[in-house]
Amino acid sequence: MTTSIVVSDDVVAACAPWSTVVPAGSQLQIIDLHGNQAVDTLFYGFVGGRPDPALRYSAQATVAAQRNIFLTTGSVLRATDGTALMTIVADDVGNHDTIAGACSKESNTLRYGHHTVHQHACAENFLAEATKWGMGKRDIVSNVNFFMNVPVEPDGTLGIVDGLSAPGKSLTLRAEVDTLVLVSNCPQINNPCNGFDPTPVRMVMTGA
Amino acid sequence: MSSTNSTDGARSHARAQATTVQMRVPATPADATGLTWAEVVPAGSYATKVLGRGTRLRLADPDGGACAHLLLFRADASWERLNVADTMKVPWQAYLGTGHPLLSDQGRVLATVVDDTSGHHDALCGMTAAARAQMLLGVHKHGMDIRDVAPSVSLFKGVRVNADGALAFTGGAGGGAAVDLLLHLPLIVVVVNASHPLDPDPAVTDLDVVAWQAGAELAEPVSTDPEYLRALFNTESTWAAARDSEAVR
Repeated sequence: MTTSIVVSDDVVAACAPWSTVVPAGSQLQIIDLHGNQAVDTLFYGFVGGRPDPALRYSAQATVAAQRNIFLTTGSVLRATDGTALMTIVADDVGNHDTIAGACSKESNTLRYGHHTVHQHACAENFLAEATKWGMGKRDIVSNVNFFMNVPVEPDGTLGIVDGLSAPGKSLTLRAEVDTLVLVSNCPQINNPCNGFDPTPVRMVMTGA
Repeated sequence: MSSTNSTDGARSHARAQATTVQMRVPATPADATGLTWAEVVPAGSYATKVLGRGTRLRLADPDGGACAHLLLFRADASWERLNVADTMKVPWQAYLGTGHPLLSDQGRVLATVVDDTSGHHDALCGMTAAARAQMLLGVHKHGMDIRDVAPSVSLFKGVRVNADGALAFTGGAGGGAAVDLLLHLPLIVVVVNASHPLDPDPAVTDLDVVAWQAGAELAEPVSTDPEYLRALFNTESTWAAARDSEAVR
């Protein structure tokens, strides 16, 4: 029997960024404390003490490899070149999104009107957090939206609809390589991705 | 003795080559004025160009086997680039077709699909390793690097999403299909002609690229969706704001 040791246990405040490096073999559990809270997440293979731009997460590589747009248990989160970064090893919810991207102040003006341009947004969190790791705007690419539900209808219509999560539901990722996990606990208040009320989430990392 | 054993012979040999081969040039529209680009991209290769605002860019699949992987960057600010997620999410539509905006990460429309006789496109799957290698070479030609090879869109090979999220590859529309893009800002265009990642028969045929000046078309929005009109507003206001004042032009 193997025992797992809790390495870190953080609560990410509503609307806040967060990041950590999950060593290969360790696991990260993301707990949706209050339900229907989108957790926008970027992943970078971490090589030589820094994120490797050749090993950043690719929604397209991930979707093409599993031939399905939805992420759930068994989904392998892949870098652009196909490298497995993390695997979802447990999931209470299903249908996690990776095609709809992160909200930004700029795209909010298109989706909801120019009155939203000074609201906080995931792209701002990503930029602020990426800077801590020596990265900039060019390093921000496609992301996963844990606990966010984006169906695609037969005619191609897609949209963010009410979530499938609930208070206390969680998913668990296992790192296949050392991986920088960079999160925006989504501050969006104009669509149902956070139930119109952003709330904290909990991040528990365990080592083997 | 070979004909190339001296500089004089080698020069003559080199210069003779262009006179002895035929190079196919894509068909150009009869009504197009101000032609700026006409190039055939063979299978496994790429082409790139800086194109001005108001350019109409036609990508064509004359033989039915092309797959055009596309990246767009603002020529005057290459950190602003095509954002595939916003290109699907903002118009509430995952499938590209006539009237679809290709949006940047800054809430602006880089280009609009103004004509499409294919209907077989994909913004979900990206590129194969071979296509990505070509794309990387193309972006290097503009001083950019691997960080700039962002998610791409693929034209002339389609994918559809089933209700359970599974992907179905729908192939191409056959020979003769074309897609026209109208450029709203000066853009760096990098296009790779290479197989689609889900194509079970990855034989690829020529991609034709033609561009001409069509700035008058910018005056008439091709969509009245509120998201599209706000993207146009963001684009036009940014362009207008950066113009030099009349006095210094």
